Amino acid sequence: MREIRTERPWSWRSFFFQWEWLLVLIFLAVNVVNSTLSPYYFTADTFLSTPQTFLDKAFLVLPMTMVIILGMIDISVASTAALSAVIMAVSFHAGLPMGLAAVLCLAVATACGLLNGILITRFKELSSVIVTLATMIIYRGIAYVILTDQASGDFPKWYASLGWGFIGSVPIILVVFVVAAVVFGLLLHKTSFGRRIYAIGSNATAARYSGVKTDLIVLLVFTITGFMAGVTSLFLTSRMGSTRPNVAQGYELDVIAMVVLGGVSTSGGKGRIAGPLLAIFIIGFLYYGLGLVNIQAQSLLIIVGLLLILSVLVLNFRFGSARKARPSVSVDNEGKEPHIRPR
Amino acid sequence: MRRGFIKGAVLVAAVALSALVLLAGCAKPVSNQYAIVFKNTGNPYGDKEMGGYQQGIEEQGFKAILRAPDQPTAEGQIAIIEQLIAQHVAAICIVGNDKDALQPVLTKAMKAGIKVFSLDSGVNPASRAVHVNQADSEKIGQTLVEAAYDMSGGSGQIAILSATSQATNQNLWIDFMKKTLQDPKYSKLELVKIAYGDDLRDKSVSEAQALLASYPKLKVIIAPTTVGIAAAGKVLTDKHLGGKVFLTGLGLPSEMATYIESGVCPYMFLWNPLDVGYLGSYVATALVKGTITGKVGEKFKAGRLGDYTITQAPDGGTEVLLGPPFKFDKSNIEEWKTVY
Repeated sequence: MREIRTERPWSWRSFFFQWEWLLVLIFLAVNVVNSTLSPYYFTADTFLSTPQTFLDKAFLVLPMTMVIILGMIDISVASTAALSAVIMAVSFHAGLPMGLAAVLCLAVATACGLLNGILITRFKELSSVIVTLATMIIYRGIAYVILTDQASGDFPKWYASLGWGFIGSVPIILVVFVVAAVVFGLLLHKTSFGRRIYAIGSNATAARYSGVKTDLIVLLVFTITGFMAGVTSLFLTSRMGSTRPNVAQGYELDVIAMVVLGGVSTSGGKGRIAGPLLAIFIIGFLYYGLGLVNIQAQSLLIIVGLLLILSVLVLNFRFGSARKARPSVSVDNEGKEPHIRPR
Repeated sequence: MRRGFIKGAVLVAAVALSALVLLAGCAKPVSNQYAIVFKNTGNPYGDKEMGGYQQGIEEQGFKAILRAPDQPTAEGQIAIIEQLIAQHVAAICIVGNDKDALQPVLTKAMKAGIKVFSLDSGVNPASRAVHVNQADSEKIGQTLVEAAYDMSGGSGQIAILSATSQATNQNLWIDFMKKTLQDPKYSKLELVKIAYGDDLRDKSVSEAQALLASYPKLKVIIAPTTVGIAAAGKVLTDKHLGGKVFLTGLGLPSEMATYIESGVCPYMFLWNPLDVGYLGSYVATALVKGTITGKVGEKFKAGRLGDYTITQAPDGGTEVLLGPPFKFDKSNIEEWKTVY
């Protein structure tokens, strides 16, 4: 029997012809531009402590990558973070020790994710956009009912060090994020769970007929997403010192933008964890660098929007030309994986 | 393919890291930049305040940096302050969105040798050298309650339309309003609700509409924020409630002129935001020069505004008071509406 190669042979050509490589170039370009614009940019402090300001939402990028590879979307993540933060603050002030309140925060967020998953798998006629749009409004609504327009804070000192503290000269949040990124990378690329996510994203029906428990995978991915929203909430609340119902407003769109910029196809089945990871740092450092030369907030939003459109255009153009250049028959003959088009 | 990517990425990272280590030790230039961070962008009052700060800083031969996040949140201000610390500015003047949430980042700025003080909307005493206060907070509270008493004819329901529930200055004034309302003279005034428009136009408009819908007997709306009072003025005018529900508070003459002329808002108060910013600029340079350190009794000269002395603030810290609030009504609005 002929042996089938599951990995493409490594070559310089295929290495440079990757979206992630282009992202590395964009990342370097952002750094070069920032360093030219501001003499204060290129310092150890920039690379070590700036991530504190944008990594809290980066925890959401990891599970969102899975959700989008499934061909779905979860826009309730920011509301989940807000609700879990509010419940943590309220339960802490009701007398719960801070450690338990933090665990409760994660539990509430996980439950929110689980509920999303149940609704999506139970009511198949509803798309994930509709379900999470509804829960987005509901979760934030509950947060507003609990705290009204007020803020709640005065957490113990040790809790503040979660968001502001350092291990040596590396921020705690960066260490935790690296660990989380490695775990998600392994989950997505090295386990059968990850391969099933790709299978569902490429063709859900085919995956189901091949014996993949699609509902279970979808349920798990959304539950994990909820849990990570809890992690975001823990770090964000620690950095802020207090929480209010409108905290993390708009995070869902920032997160989706990072995932899309990372080359994950919104039609599902395509993309790798490395892309969104690079996108987090591109957008994070772009904001920071342009802030250093004191560009106003609105102009920053425009620049990120333009970058997003540009990247999606380049991505489409590249995939389109690649498809024409290499007909699928010859690919099969070389033992490479056949090209699967999303439905 | 993936393995190849990781190989390449490690290579790039190694090059970047070694460059980083080489450059990290570079000397840092001394700054003549003075920063101000306002609550949010698109706030005409804030533009005036930052304008006054810029004028004062530039008049002394320095460079001003004017910044504000796009949403009135502490998150946005924290990110901006991090960037200002990296630029090694000489001083940061903060108009706080939250009293306590900014403490870690402001403490970090102070440790980096940057002079930090608050202006208009304060931060807690531990995170500032001194606070620049536009007017005596207690007097603002008393004046606004007295205005509501006058407009309502002495009795009836009143409501407050504020900025965010975390805005330090508004909360202080509201506290003094509540305290003043306990005076037997105002016993027939009933404060029915404090609504929060978050200093956003759309939210302020819908909060004002909600107030009118839930309290049909409402007589006076007090809006101690320029965005809120303008939004309430618009709502009262659109609903033709002028003469039934009265509006007072703190507003910009240029935005409120039509409502004062039509009688929807019989009179309101404000200080000159240009002067608040201008005073702030001289506090900044005096702190950097070392003329003042933020202790009670220290004196300094603030350009065209004259001499000022640092006094004890109600929150336990110290402050500089600009002066009493100014009353705008039909008799003087014509002359002021083109000024600010």
